[in-house]
Amino acid sequence: MHFEYTIMENDFANAGTASSAIKKTLKHLNIDANKIKRVVVAVYEAEVNAIAHAYGGTIYVDIDGEKIIVKIADKGPGIPDIALAMQEGYSTASPKVREMGFGAGMGLPNIKNNVDDLDIKTQIGVGTEITMIVKF
Amino acid sequence: MKIKDIAELLDATFVTGESHAEEEIDFGFASDLMSDVLTLKQSDRILLLTGLCNIQTIRTAEMANIEVVLFVRNKSVTNEMIEIAEEENMVLLQCKYSLFRAVGMLYSKGLSPIF
Repeated sequence: MHFEYTIMENDFANAGTASSAIKKTLKHLNIDANKIKRVVVAVYEAEVNAIAHAYGGTIYVDIDGEKIIVKIADKGPGIPDIALAMQEGYSTASPKVREMGFGAGMGLPNIKNNVDDLDIKTQIGVGTEITMIVKF
Repeated sequence: MKIKDIAELLDATFVTGESHAEEEIDFGFASDLMSDVLTLKQSDRILLLTGLCNIQTIRTAEMANIEVVLFVRNKSVTNEMIEIAEEENMVLLQCKYSLFRAVGMLYSKGLSPIF
């Protein structure tokens, strides 16, 4: 199964739309509830990150009998220091993001805690590609 | 505690999900920081108390499998929030008390903390 969702810059009203659709699909496939929670929490965090920090992008979802792979590719600006971004408490979030209940520097560490495999590729001025895998 | 007992204790009104009033809630968690809510490992029968009243509160509850959300200090719930909450079978409650007071009242009546 393959799905794609578009992310628009600063489109906070729609943050969670893709995660919500993924949750419904996984429920329909009778995937274990705890696995579903891990997937959708990670995707939701990544969706919020992309909306808050990037100039839009695309979410690619692939599901087979053994796993789900979610790739979020944005159009920049890229992450200058991934190690710093992975550090709990470090944040470059705007006041708008904080008003939405985020921006405490917990997103990327929480994504890492919820997935089996996380890969982040980033290039300044080009974009960031985050690939997450959760095995069923 | 039954959801209806929580509502009665806090003089709260049902915004959505009154048909779930007889269902039991075992745990309470209070935060205005949605990132904190998303770190909870536990699911099921959790009441989230919060002063953060926007669409992301509902989305966060959805992803965290939290089916009951109580908004404190008379926060107004928007139609868009109600729409998603109804679609997700979520109970939304509203009360006039502060977060501190609402948490204190529920804790003293035996609602358990997650940690």
